[in-house]
Amino acid sequence: MARTATAPGVPTTRLGKAAVDFDDRLIVAGPLRRTLNKVFPDHWSFLLGEIALYSFILLLLSGTYLTFFFDASMREVVYDGSYAPLRGVEMSAAYDSTLDISFDVRGGLFMRQLHHWAALLFVAAIVVHLLRIFFTGAFRRPRETNWLIGIALLVLSFAMGFTGYSMPDDLLSGTGLRIVSAIILSIPVVGTWVHWAVFNGDYVGEYIVGRMYIVHVLIVPAIMLALIALHLLILVKQKHTQFPGPGRTEHNVVGNRLFPAFAGKATGLVFIVFGVCAALGGLVQINPLWLWGPYNPAQVSAASQPDWYVMFLDGSTRLWPAWDINLPGDYTIPALFWPTVVLPGILFTLMALYPVIERKLTRDETSHHLLQRPRDVPVRTSLGTMAITFYVVLMISGGNDVVADKFDISLNAMTWIGRIGLIILPPIVYVITYRICLGLQKHDREVLEHGIETGVIRRLPHGEFIEVHQPLGPVDEHGHGQLAYGGASVPKKMNQVGAARRAVRGFFSPIEEPAQVELEQRRESHGAAAADESRELTSSGRPSDSGRPQEPRD
Amino acid sequence: MTTQHTGPGSHGGAGVSGPHVGGPDDQYSAEQLAAMPREELDRLGARYDGVEVLHVDPGPEPGSTLEKRAVRQVALTFALAGVAALAFIVVYVGSGWFLPDWQWDITEGGWSAIFTPLLGSLGGLSLILVGVGLVLYTKKLLPHETAVQDKHDGSHFDRVTTGATLVGGLHDSGLARRKLLTRSMVFMGGALGAMLIMPLGGLIRNPNTGNPLGTTSWGEGVRLLRDDGTPIRPGDQQPGSLETVFPAVPGGNRESDAATMLIRLRPEQLEADRPIPGQEGFGYGDYVAYSKICTHAGCPVSLYEQETSRILCPCHQSQFDVTQGAKPVFGPATRALPQLPITVDDEGYFVARSDYIEAVGPTYWNRERI
Repeated sequence: MARTATAPGVPTTRLGKAAVDFDDRLIVAGPLRRTLNKVFPDHWSFLLGEIALYSFILLLLSGTYLTFFFDASMREVVYDGSYAPLRGVEMSAAYDSTLDISFDVRGGLFMRQLHHWAALLFVAAIVVHLLRIFFTGAFRRPRETNWLIGIALLVLSFAMGFTGYSMPDDLLSGTGLRIVSAIILSIPVVGTWVHWAVFNGDYVGEYIVGRMYIVHVLIVPAIMLALIALHLLILVKQKHTQFPGPGRTEHNVVGNRLFPAFAGKATGLVFIVFGVCAALGGLVQINPLWLWGPYNPAQVSAASQPDWYVMFLDGSTRLWPAWDINLPGDYTIPALFWPTVVLPGILFTLMALYPVIERKLTRDETSHHLLQRPRDVPVRTSLGTMAITFYVVLMISGGNDVVADKFDISLNAMTWIGRIGLIILPPIVYVITYRICLGLQKHDREVLEHGIETGVIRRLPHGEFIEVHQPLGPVDEHGHGQLAYGGASVPKKMNQVGAARRAVRGFFSPIEEPAQVELEQRRESHGAAAADESRELTSSGRPSDSGRPQEPRD
Repeated sequence: MTTQHTGPGSHGGAGVSGPHVGGPDDQYSAEQLAAMPREELDRLGARYDGVEVLHVDPGPEPGSTLEKRAVRQVALTFALAGVAALAFIVVYVGSGWFLPDWQWDITEGGWSAIFTPLLGSLGGLSLILVGVGLVLYTKKLLPHETAVQDKHDGSHFDRVTTGATLVGGLHDSGLARRKLLTRSMVFMGGALGAMLIMPLGGLIRNPNTGNPLGTTSWGEGVRLLRDDGTPIRPGDQQPGSLETVFPAVPGGNRESDAATMLIRLRPEQLEADRPIPGQEGFGYGDYVAYSKICTHAGCPVSLYEQETSRILCPCHQSQFDVTQGAKPVFGPATRALPQLPITVDDEGYFVARSDYIEAVGPTYWNRERI
C-alpha cells in the first residue's frame, strides 16, 4: 500500500515510480486491471481448449528448432551419416536431413519426437474440446462464429499433420503421399489439372516436398495463428459459458479472477503440457523413420497407417465398394473419390453447419450462456454418440489389417464387419444413448421428488420395510420434494450433501485433531454431526401416516 | 454500480484537462483513494469491471502447521524441478565430454541408447514439476475466492450511434446515388482481384500433353531388370515366385509407375489361367507380367499369396487374382492390374513387347479417353 508522502497517491517506492512512469507512456493500467479482474469459470472441461493452445505453442517452438536442420529438397544424395545400415543408400535431401536430425544433431531426435507427440496431442485436444462444446451446447447463439473457427482449425490441423509427416520423404510417408496423389487424380473433371498444379507435373516430381514445407511452416501456421487469436478475442468478448449452478445466470460468470488463482493454474497447465510432451518425446519412440528407409515407389510395408486422426479416411477408403461410375463419353468418376473427398466434405460441412441446423430445428434463436447437461438434450447427445460411433468404426477399419492379424480374423471378414457396422451400429447407439439420457433425466427428477437413498431401512409399525430418503429441500404434505430441476447436477449420494465429515488433512499422518474438525463442522453447521438434531427423514413418496405405499407419481 | 460510465476505459464527458480526465477519476479524488486500504481498492476496481467478489476462503493461517507443510511441499517441488533441469543440462552438455558419447550406434546399448530417454525424462520431469508446483501453490497457499462478473449484452445506444455514423458516411459518399461510380468500382474490383491472382497461373500445367499418365518407360525391346540392374532369363525363377522388375532405362528403378511384377505361374495355375480377352498372348510360357501399381490408390501391390493366386495391396486390401488377368476379386479396386506384354530377346532375356496398353495406376476422369 502506497503511503502518503508528498502528494496523496504518489508512489514512494522505486517499483511504484517505475509503474507510474510506464503507465504515463502506455496507459495500460485500465485494460490491465480489466484483464486481471476477468472471471473464469472453474470446471475441468474448460482446460481442454487450453491444452490445445499450449500444445500449439509448443509446436511452434519445437518446429522452429527443427527448421534449422531440415532441408526440404528432393535432390538425390547419398547418405553418409552415422546410421550405418543406410550408409551409401541414395535418398532425397529431405530424408537425409531428417536422419541427421535423428542421429547427428545433439538432442535432435528428442526434439523431433517431441514435435510429433505435441502434434498428436494438439489434434486430440482439439477433438475432445470440440466434443465438450458439442455435448454441452456451447456452440449455440452467440457462439456460432467460434464454432466455425474451431472447425476450420481442426481441418487446418489435419493439413498440418499430413504435410508434417509427409515431408521427411521416408517409405511410409511416401506411401501416404502416393495415396493423396491418387485422391487428387480421382476428382472429377479437374483432378488431373489439380494434380499437375500441386505436384508440378506427374507423381512424384521434385517440387512437392518444398511446397509442403512452405505450407507447413508458413502458410498454414500463419492462418492458424490468426484464427486462434480471433478465437480467443471472441471468447474474451463473449465471456465464458458456465454450467448452471447456485448463483449462475445467463447474465453473469461465476468463478475465479484471472489473477492470481486462474493465472497460477493456467501457467501450471502450460508447464504440465510441455512436460508431458517432453517426456513422451524422449521416452516413447514415434515414427522411427530410419527403419522404413527412403521412399521407393515400388516398395511398401504392411500395416502402413497414417497418424491417428487421418485413420478414419483410410478406413473409409478400405470399406468403400469398388464402384466406378462410367459416364457417357468414356468419362469416369473413380470409386476413390467418394470415401476420400465427398465423405470428409460432407462430414466437415455437417459439423460446421450443425449450430445452424439445430437452430432451425429447435427454432431456438435466443442467446445462451449457460451450458446444458448432455442428458437434458437427448437428441443432440444421441446424434453426437452416433457420429462418434461412425467415426470409430471408420478408424478401426483404418487399421483392420492389424486387427485381422492380431486377432486372427479373416481380412475380408474385417472389411465386411466394417461395412455392415458402419451402417447398423450408429442407429443402435443412437437409440441406446437416447434411452440412457431419458433414464438419467428420470432419475434426477426422482431424487428431487423423493430425496436421496440413505441406505437406512426402517420398519414401519405395521411391519412394512421402507428405505429412508433424504429430501433435498422443503417437502409438501405427501413428503414430495418441491425443488424443480434447474439443469444442474443433482446430488445423489449422502456424502455429496455433506453427510460425511470432512476428511482429516494429512497425507502420511493426520495433521489435525479429529475432534477439532468435528467442532469446526458444528460451527459451520453442515455435515452429519451438525444435522443430527434437526434432520427430518421421510420415507419415499408416501405420506408418513399412510399404511400402504402409493404410486410414486401420485 | 453507476450507469454513467459505459466502460472503465471511457474518457468521454468531462471537459476537464490535466491528469484526471473523466471516468472514475472524477468520482474518487487522489486523497480519497490514498485513504483506502489495499483490499478496498482491489474490490473497488473489480466492481468497476463488473466483478463482485462474493466469498473468500482465506489460505492457510500464516505460521500454521498447514501452511508450513504446504510451503515445504511447493518449495520441494520447485527445487526438484531445478535439480532435474540441471541434470538435463549435465546430460546434454556432458555427453561426449566427461560422459560417454551420445551418438547412437546400432551395435551397442549403453549411454548412447539412453541419451534421448534421459533428455526426455529429465526435461519432462522438470517441466511437469514446475507445473505441479504452481498448481499446488494455487490450491494450497492462495485464498480461494468466488467472484461473479456481469455479462453485458450489446448496447442499444452503441448500435444506434455507430449506425448513424456509418450511414452518414455512406450517405455523404453518395454511392447510393452515383450509380456510374458504383459500377466502375465493382468492375475495377473484379478486374484487380483477377489480376492479383493471375501469377498463380504459373502453377497450372497441362496434364494431357504427351499423355504422361498413360505412358511409362516400357516399350518394344526394353529389357526387364531386377532392382540391382541384372536382366532375367526364363529359367531364373521358381514356379510360383514373383520378382519386381523395372525397365532397362536410366533411373528405371526409381520411376513411380514403371514397377512391374514378373510372376512365374505354377502348372496348376497355368491350367486355370483365364487371361482377359484380347490379352491372351501377353505372357511368355508360364510367365506373366502385371503392373505393380495398384489401380485403386497407386500403392505397390506387394503381397503375393501363391496358394490362392492372389495379390494383396497392403494399403486398402484390394485383392487381384493372377490367374484371371489380375482382376480385382475383393476390396475397393475396380480395375484389373494392367498386363505388360513380354517375350525374350535374341540373348534369351525377358523384354517388353510394347508399353502397357492402358494407363497404369489409379483411375482418373478421362482415363478411358486417352
